[in-house]
Amino acid sequence: MIKIGVLGLQGAFREHVRSVEASGAEGIIVKRVEQLDDLDGLIIPGGESTTMRRLIDKYNFLEPLRQFGKQGKPVFGTCAGMILLASEIAGTDIVHLGLMDIKVERNAFGRQRESFETDLDIKGIAEGYNAVFIRAPYIHEVGPEVTVLATHQDKVVLAQQGHLLACAFHPELTDDHRLTAHFVGMVEESKKTLAS
Amino acid sequence: MSKIGTDLVKRGMAEMQKGGVIMDVVNAEQAKIAEEAGAVAVMALERVPSDIRAAGGVARMADPTITEEVLNAVSIPVMAKARIGHIVEARVLEAMGVDYIDESEVLTPADDIYHINKRDFTVPFVCGCRDLGEATRRIGEGASMLRTKGEPGTGNVVEAVNHIRKVQSQIRHLQSLAEDEVMVFAKENGAPFEILMQIREEGRLPVVNFAAGGVATPSDAALMMQLGADGVFVGSGIFKSDNPAKFARAIVEATTHYDDYKLIGELSKDLGTAMAGIEMSTLTPADRMADRSE
Repeated sequence: MIKIGVLGLQGAFREHVRSVEASGAEGIIVKRVEQLDDLDGLIIPGGESTTMRRLIDKYNFLEPLRQFGKQGKPVFGTCAGMILLASEIAGTDIVHLGLMDIKVERNAFGRQRESFETDLDIKGIAEGYNAVFIRAPYIHEVGPEVTVLATHQDKVVLAQQGHLLACAFHPELTDDHRLTAHFVGMVEESKKTLAS
Repeated sequence: MSKIGTDLVKRGMAEMQKGGVIMDVVNAEQAKIAEEAGAVAVMALERVPSDIRAAGGVARMADPTITEEVLNAVSIPVMAKARIGHIVEARVLEAMGVDYIDESEVLTPADDIYHINKRDFTVPFVCGCRDLGEATRRIGEGASMLRTKGEPGTGNVVEAVNHIRKVQSQIRHLQSLAEDEVMVFAKENGAPFEILMQIREEGRLPVVNFAAGGVATPSDAALMMQLGADGVFVGSGIFKSDNPAKFARAIVEATTHYDDYKLIGELSKDLGTAMAGIEMSTLTPADRMADRSE
């Protein structure tokens, strides 16, 4: 069975595990670096990116997470996870994992009172997908190898670069598992490719 | 069509805080220390609960200057407290752009009968509870997050433990009831029936529940997580300790790794003196903030 880890330092990781399991893979909460070895793919969940980064540093996760992505195993970052994946964050020199060629802006849709849910059309994956945006970031600029999969108000909110997937919203908060299923599909593909 | 202020958006915000620590702060400098230490949010206050206890008199919403200063200082979410039932204080905080309002018994209640109708607001609310009846009444009024009350500003974890245990054991009890027994449970606990049915079905509260009120050490924080809290509020504990930055980091780590005892042992070394605590029996009924409003 496909094993997908969910980084469990802080945030909505149990919901992601539920969504992964509803999509037919095994979901594992990852709290220690050595757990990464057994995984076929990884989700970096929503939460507070500054808190997660502090804990990532504290437990020496930064380099192992980078290596995980560099060896071609799929990584899916949602909201705070997208910020951690990005190669550039507007208004700061701080880069976390820097795996994906995107420039993101934090809290880009405003504070909590501006947080919203909306129906998105996701290219080739889902129409009328109920997406929940909470103090959400968006993608400012994408590199040449990045495919934009969804936009909201002309802002990029979902993008893929090969084995990397990033979204500004929270697929784990609803019972619509189509996006998670897409990621599970990416992991299945990569497992075949990496094995051959 | 985009919709703001829906249950999903308001409750979802609290979901993102899970496994984290929310810290009381009284100025920008403390807010930055909290953010740097890995707090998932800060609670902007004029005084921490132990100082409110010491000062006596009526405790109100903080001076907006302080809240604004904190809003501008950090990029993590900022919460602020309004008095129970004080619709206008809550509206003022919403207008200022506060991310979460705590309708809190730590302040002197403005209304000793009714709570705010929180469904009317775009901004989400967190409310205190000591048992499942209180928890479900607050959810019924529109609270998007709960915290067990404990006894604020005491540095004594005993009431926090009582309250989280009570809520958890009542959820288990509720699950053991036959469907035709739930209405009597609702009557006896003053709890909305439909919300109880939902909790019985899912085996959990429909909103995130943090622990609060007396958490003073990393072990205290880990204890609350083990008893089933989704995260912890630490009020007076951090900035009343000798080394707030170190203390704050230790509490954050103990909350993440609440079952790693060796680590918690390491984290607890040389933290200096924790805040001096208050023994419950020395509090008069009037001193007990948790008993304000039900």
